[in-house]
Amino acid sequence: MRGSLKRVFATAWHTPSGQVGAVTLLLIALVAVTITPFLPDPRIMPDLSGGAAPPSFAHPFGTDAFSRDILSRVVHGARVSLSIAALAVALSISLGAAVGTTAGYFGGWVDAVLMRSVDAAMAIPRLFILLLLVLVWERIPPAALVAVIGATGWFATSRLVRGEVLRLRELDYIRAAKALGAGSPGIIFRHVLPNTLGPLIVAATLGVGEVILLEAGLSFLGLGIAPPTPTWGGMVHDSESLMATAPWTGLFPGAAIVITVLAVNLWGEAMRAAVDPRTA
Amino acid sequence: MSSPSTPLLEVRDLRIGFPNPRGGEVFPVDGVSFRLDRGETLALVGESGCGKSLTSLALLQLLPPPGRVLSGSSIKLEETEILSLRGEALRAIRGRRIAMIFQDPMTSLNPVLTVGSQVVEALTAHRRWSRADAKARTIALFEEVGIPDPAQRFAAYPHHLSGGLRQRIMIAMALAGEPDILIADEPTTALDVTVQAQILELLDRLRAARGMAVLLITHDLGLVAGRADRVAVMYAGQIVEEAGTTDLFERPSHPYTRGLFRSIPRLHESVLRLSPIPGTVPLPSAWPSGCRFHPRCAEVLARCSTEAPLNTELETTGPARRTRCWLASPLPPRA
Amino acid sequence: MIGWLIRRGLQAVLTFAAAIVILFFLMRVTPGDPLMRMTEDRQISVAEMARLKHRFGLDQPLALQFITFTSAAIRGDLGVSIYRYPDRVLDLIVARLPASLLLGGTVLLLNFTIGVWLGVLQAARRGQFIDRWLTRLSLSGYAMPSFWLALVLVYFLSTRWRLLPSAQMTDPLLDPSAPFAVRTFDLLRHLLMPAFTLAIVTIAATMQYQRTAMLEVLRLDFVLAARARGLTESQVRWRHAWRNALFPVLTLFGLWLPILVSGSVFVERIFNWPGLGSLAWEAINGRDYPLLLGTSMIVTLLVILGGVCTDLGYWLLDPRVRRP
Repeated sequence: MRGSLKRVFATAWHTPSGQVGAVTLLLIALVAVTITPFLPDPRIMPDLSGGAAPPSFAHPFGTDAFSRDILSRVVHGARVSLSIAALAVALSISLGAAVGTTAGYFGGWVDAVLMRSVDAAMAIPRLFILLLLVLVWERIPPAALVAVIGATGWFATSRLVRGEVLRLRELDYIRAAKALGAGSPGIIFRHVLPNTLGPLIVAATLGVGEVILLEAGLSFLGLGIAPPTPTWGGMVHDSESLMATAPWTGLFPGAAIVITVLAVNLWGEAMRAAVDPRTA
Repeated sequence: MSSPSTPLLEVRDLRIGFPNPRGGEVFPVDGVSFRLDRGETLALVGESGCGKSLTSLALLQLLPPPGRVLSGSSIKLEETEILSLRGEALRAIRGRRIAMIFQDPMTSLNPVLTVGSQVVEALTAHRRWSRADAKARTIALFEEVGIPDPAQRFAAYPHHLSGGLRQRIMIAMALAGEPDILIADEPTTALDVTVQAQILELLDRLRAARGMAVLLITHDLGLVAGRADRVAVMYAGQIVEEAGTTDLFERPSHPYTRGLFRSIPRLHESVLRLSPIPGTVPLPSAWPSGCRFHPRCAEVLARCSTEAPLNTELETTGPARRTRCWLASPLPPRA
Repeated sequence: MIGWLIRRGLQAVLTFAAAIVILFFLMRVTPGDPLMRMTEDRQISVAEMARLKHRFGLDQPLALQFITFTSAAIRGDLGVSIYRYPDRVLDLIVARLPASLLLGGTVLLLNFTIGVWLGVLQAARRGQFIDRWLTRLSLSGYAMPSFWLALVLVYFLSTRWRLLPSAQMTDPLLDPSAPFAVRTFDLLRHLLMPAFTLAIVTIAATMQYQRTAMLEVLRLDFVLAARARGLTESQVRWRHAWRNALFPVLTLFGLWLPILVSGSVFVERIFNWPGLGSLAWEAINGRDYPLLLGTSMIVTLLVILGGVCTDLGYWLLDPRVRRP
């Protein structure tokens, strides 16, 4: 299984879009890690009267209404966005795998109740669930944001894993019964989860793109990580009233979102094509 | 020997190339030549993977991408070079001059359109028809191919019909353009044995009634007897033997043909004596050197693995005979 | 047909019921209660608080609250808005529904026509220049936050080039007795930017689904058979291949309505479009739980109805699922 995952990575890497996506992501990560210490503190407001200044040599992306360096805020925002996205997706994939295996393994009414609930939950737009949950906090702590986003993103994953468990239960029934004793939960960890690894990694990658957009959206509505911590969505929010006079305040953080999400999705699509070559 | 008149269809040195995933190009059809005269049935016989279906698809420029016909190949329909046709001129040949029926009638009909509308569409592809006339003509065609209750079947969907009926629909559709040539690519392989004979009989009756030429493609030499005028046996992208059907059945000259005969199941013989040719057709990326059949040949000679046999013309009283085998006796040199 | 409709309808009702349970408990299980949250920064006496609690039924046990809530909801009573007290939630929603349906319908139309056409084009030109670049372009659109795209479009099309209005559904200065054509034109000008914003960020899904479905169908025998019959390329592509490749795209609409609805929260808020999305935004801003819950319920209902319509579309278009 590890070998097949390696093959998926290799195949994805050998497509032009996969390469562009992967290289861009690595560059973003590299920049976020290496140049952050050399940039001004994004929270400090050096000059309250200065106002937004257009891009210049000293401030390549310009400054915002509080004269803060936008480049620095965009780079710091990358850390916030990417870590929230990564943690939330890890959470939702784990939840999805757990619920999916439970439903598929036990079957019967457990399966029926779980899957009907998932159907119902999927009918509610994710943003609205998030809004109902997030509105509880005046200033949401990052951990709660991760938990809330992660807890609303596992529905599709659970269906995927459940389908795979059911398929494998049929497939390996006799052999598993003989070799391992029927009903051994070890089967799940040895056979089912490794088999879903490819589709799960694809779902996780595309999920990261979705969560970056969601997190930015919440920040834009003023419900995400509270200022002065820089987030991309929050920066676009701050720029709304300035767009007519200082468009750079919104242009750069938004472009950062587009480039990051596009890179994630290009890589995700390349992996999807590697997992299922018919759609290439 | 060969008649002086222009043949209806003449294929010369047809070569089909596909890019090899490991680099370079492979040639699943590699220098095929044959002719087809008005009103005759030519059977193209060989195991699967020998290139016979690709050959038939190339006749209508229907090769699946990224396949291509190599330059130097020629497919002439009377005076017209089919390979140089594009767009509308090509479309005017498809279905109108050369029609085709396929192996699996289950998948060759569009599942979401009624069978009647699919035949009407074949009619109007080449001529203007009023709606009522087209419907009447379609029902007449259904009748001609032996579909019971033709008027009721017009509005049926493919999944309402049995395999045999669907193949009859496919044939009706092929007749719609009044073609000169009907290509039948394994027309009975997907059908029940009893239905097979009916369909082949129907094809033969239609050929006689309409004066069509039929190119019958099959892996089963047993189907050919009494139905084809001539037989071309294909192996590994080449025609290895070509003869009149009687000639071929009386004295097959190529070891591959003899092997095919041995692998036909016969009712009065014990199953144990059935002896298929050992091995399988090699992949186009690994055509053997010399004679392509030599690794599987029961009568292999030393030279077979290094020198490719020439296409030798054999003496006969019937239609022209050629074979690609070192064992075949060549004609005496012409004076 | 009738039996199927009843079963499908029942399934939809059950799904909606389960969704309402989820929504209700989502709201009540979270710490505190709605009134606490909305009154945090206001001066309210304890007695007044108790009176408010009683008014909104928040002094009842949770199970009882749920029963009261659902039985009222079944009667069409979604409660009273806190922020816009004493307006009824349902009235507020109904007033906003037409604008939302107009915007959503336009986006669906754009998405379906352009997305399907481009997806079919991509499949026909698989692997070629135009296929690769259409994929990249649509994925770029998909990666854009709708609110950012909306702001950028407003900056260029309204602020700089002054081509299109940047807010509202109609020009407030326009005489309401103006001829119908003039008013329609004005509405279209206001509709253009929000509709295209949402279409651009969602069209990639339609295109990808259509492309994949077409590729699967173009491989099938009946497409080859249709070509061999001498049909024109457009007959082969649309009448034969596309008719069969349409079904997966129909399925997509069910999955895709939630995205559209969520996107409209941002886009309607930026363009001041008086639909459900901006109503949701007002509910968030005013910490108006009954209103947000009501909006969520209606939006969920729309999504479930969309799913039923999708299945109905299948039923009408695919002869194979129809019983003889």
